[in-house]
Formats: sequence, structure tokens, C-alpha cells
Amino acid sequence: MTDPPSEALLRDLTPAVLGILVRRGADFATAEDAVQEALLSAVQTWPADPPRDPKGWLVTVAWRKFLDDVRADTARRGREQRLLAQPSPGPTEVDDDTLELYLRCAHPALTAASAVALTLRAVGGLTTRQIAAAYLVPEATMAQRISRAKRTVSDVRFDQLGDLRTVLTTLYLVFNEGYSGDVDLVAEAIRLTRQLASISDEPEVAGLLALMLLHHARRDARTDSTGRLVPLAQQDRSRWRTDLITEGVGLLQGALDRDRIGPYQAQAAIAALHADARTAEETDRVQIVEWYDELLALTDSPIVRLNRAVAVGEADGASAGLAALGQIDASIPRYAAVAAYLHEKGGNLTTAARLYVDAARLATNLAERDHLTRQAARLNHALGTN
Amino acid sequence: MAKYLLLKHYRRNSGPESVVDVPMQEWSPAEIDAHMTYMSDFAARLERSGEFVDGQALAPEGTFVRYDGAGRPPVTDWPFAETKDLIAGWMVIDVDSYERAIELAGELSAAPGKNGDPIYEWLEVRPFLTEPPTVTE
Repeated sequence: MTDPPSEALLRDLTPAVLGILVRRGADFATAEDAVQEALLSAVQTWPADPPRDPKGWLVTVAWRKFLDDVRADTARRGREQRLLAQPSPGPTEVDDDTLELYLRCAHPALTAASAVALTLRAVGGLTTRQIAAAYLVPEATMAQRISRAKRTVSDVRFDQLGDLRTVLTTLYLVFNEGYSGDVDLVAEAIRLTRQLASISDEPEVAGLLALMLLHHARRDARTDSTGRLVPLAQQDRSRWRTDLITEGVGLLQGALDRDRIGPYQAQAAIAALHADARTAEETDRVQIVEWYDELLALTDSPIVRLNRAVAVGEADGASAGLAALGQIDASIPRYAAVAAYLHEKGGNLTTAARLYVDAARLATNLAERDHLTRQAARLNHALGTN
Repeated sequence: MAKYLLLKHYRRNSGPESVVDVPMQEWSPAEIDAHMTYMSDFAARLERSGEFVDGQALAPEGTFVRYDGAGRPPVTDWPFAETKDLIAGWMVIDVDSYERAIELAGELSAAPGKNGDPIYEWLEVRPFLTEPPTVTE
């Protein structure tokens, strides 16, 4: 008697099962529905009657449901006969199938939001209801988003699938969505990236996984007991998860040894340097600036330049940071917040207080707005009582 | 994706001279039907495109309420006589870009009114504040 397989196992098996159906010649959209139906059957029947071979069970049930769907459509009868003759794949092909599935669900023809939704469902095995809840939209809206995405990529031939970059962008977006909702998107992004890292030896995959683990390690320290944001320099470092840091640093070193640097490895290296310091003062700030320079060479963007200005301010002082800031477009998000921080660091409290007010007005999330408002209030209070 | 509130103010103070503000009760029943159909078709289309979140209409009459000190009942119906702004309802959308939100608000503003002409109503587009991102540096 085995324990009933968990939801986690079911979801781990999802991409392999779907990959096998597609390899047998099933069209992606119909096969994806069939796999979701098989997952639902498994949830209902496995607790009472656990299969000896969970994956084999899922493939059999999903294939049967797929054939039912195809038979319901008489126009496809000729194709069905062809499909029935297909042999099942050998074990070495499963990894390729799974990789192909990641690529299809993050195809460049999809918008980012569609790629995210389709990846969570077809690769992640989440239900439409769960994905809708995670993104705070009605289930009907998410169902439409997913079915449109499926139609878009269903007929894409496997030799026209994109490359891993869009897959990594998609997984990064899921990770960066935050911690709201019943479905833990951070944990889900890590799980899917870990799965991808087990079938791809591309250093950027390991780099992204390292980046996620190193940021996730600080999760508990990022807010206080009342939900207020705690800036990196003030976080209680004893609350950082050393197991995740160790794993992240190990993955990063393995990736860097391959000598094919990329933006995720560079960002992970910056996160690792922060994670490595026992106190904020001990942070190797010079090396962090060097990694930002590396990151800029790989992917020049105003956001990277903005973060680099903060790093320069920490390494070389506020005026150097402000000089770096002066070369960036002031209209980008969080510019005022960075300017406020650097002005305060330089001792210009009146300007800093004014900029914190501006920054709070421009903040796009509530926790950050509240944090910036408190910063402004703190400075105004100190200025008023002098 | 980002969520936006489209707030329907019914505060039309621009648009062609030929279009005059006529209260809905002075439209023909068919004109009212056409207006309502436009609204529900708009919502249905956004649902199909995966961009619809919520939409509600509001009764025109509201009550202002505020705290009035410990042990006292709240004060109601403060005379906000200058408030000519009627908020008629809202729609929440989840879209790829600010530009898409503006595009959709423009379409909603073109809902038909008297004689089937667009009513040119003002819509206020307000972004929702989000959760903070996981990656911050």
C-alpha cells in the first residue's frame, strides 16, 4: 500500500505526460485539455486506488480522453487512425518533450501575460481557477486568455519554437509577481525553473534558478511583523535562509565555470554578494558595481543603470551615485526614490524629503508607497524639530 | 499585465457642438437598448480577449457619511452641493500596457446615446497599486 500521490507529484509529471501525447502526434490544444482532465481524475481516484506507475496511469488516461475528444469530432477521423498507429516514445525522449513544451508555452508569438498563463497550466499543471486566483482575474477571463494562447501556439512546428530566452523571461515574470494570492507563484516559479534546470545544461537556466533562490532566501526578512517593507541594509540577516543561499551560490558557481555569462548569472552574482555579507557594511560594494557594469554590457536598460547608481553610491559615496543618476532618464519608475535615497546619504535632507514625497506619489505598489511616505515623514519630522 | 479602473464620470464637457447632453430618460427605448447593448458587448469582448476583471453600474444617488465623535452616530448627507460629478459605474480591466487601457477607455467613451451618436463621456483611467516585486535590486 503506497501513500496517495500528492498534488506536487501530479504537477511534476504534467509536462512529461503532455509531452508524450504531443510526441505521439496529438495536437497541443486538445492534448492539453486531456491532460487536465486526467489530472482531475487522478485527484479523484488515486486516494482510494493508487496506481503503481503514476506516470503510466496519467499517460493512459490522458491518451484515452484525448481519443474521446478526437472521436467526438468526426472530421478528424482520418487523423485518429494515423495517431492510433503511433508508437510510444522511449525514456530518453521525455526530456526533449518536456523542453519542447516549455518552449511552446513561452513562444515569442504570445504576449508575456499569455505565456505566463499557458506555462502555469500546461507545464505547471495548475488549474485555470488557481491561475485566475493568483492573478486576481475572473476564471472566465483567464480561461479565455489560456485558450487564445493555446490556439496561437497549437500549430507551431517544433522546429519553429523559440529559444530558451523567452522561457526564462516567462519564469522570471512568474517569480517577480510577488507573494499575493492563494497560489505561491514564487514557489511555483522556482519549481518550474528547477525542473527546467534538470533537463537543460544552459548556464543561464542555472543562473536564473540561483537568482530566484538567493532572493527567495530573504523572503522572511523583507517585511516586518506588520507587513512593512524592510530595506536590504536593515534586514535581520539571521532570518535569511542559509540553505537556499548555499544552493544558489553553488548553482551560480557551476554556471559561471562554464564561461558563458548572461544577464541572469550577473544578477545572481549581485544577489550572492549581498547574501554573502554578514552585515550590510561588510558587503563587497566594489565588486557589486563591477557586476553591474558586466550586466550593463550584457543588457543595457535604464532600470539596470538606476540600480547601478545605487551601487555606485554605496561604493564611492553619494555624489558619485548622484553623478551616475544624472545620466539616466528621470521619468523611469523609482528614479525619484533612488534620488531621495542618494540625497539623504549625501546629507541633503530637505531635498531628500521632497523627493521621497514625489517617489511615494509615483510608486506603483502599496507597500513601497507606504515605505516612501514613512521615509519622507521621518525626514520632515527630523527637520522640523531641529 | 496591469489592472486599471475605468471610472465612468458622466461629466461631458467637450466634444462636438452637435452632440448635446440629453439625460437618458429622454432617449428613446431603442436608444437606451443600444447603449446597454454596447456596454455589455464591450464587456463580453474584453472577457474573450482575456482582459476583463469586473464592471458594475451605480445608482445615481449616494450618501456622504463621516465619523462625528465618540458615542455619536455618524453624520450623513453632508451638503456637497458643488458635487456635480456623477459617477455612474466602473469597469476594471487587466491589460498589457497603459496605452491599451487608454485605447479601451476611448472605445467605452464612444457608447451610443441620443440618435445613436457617441456620448463622448469622460472616463478616468486609474492604475491599481500592485504587490511589490520579488526582485528589488
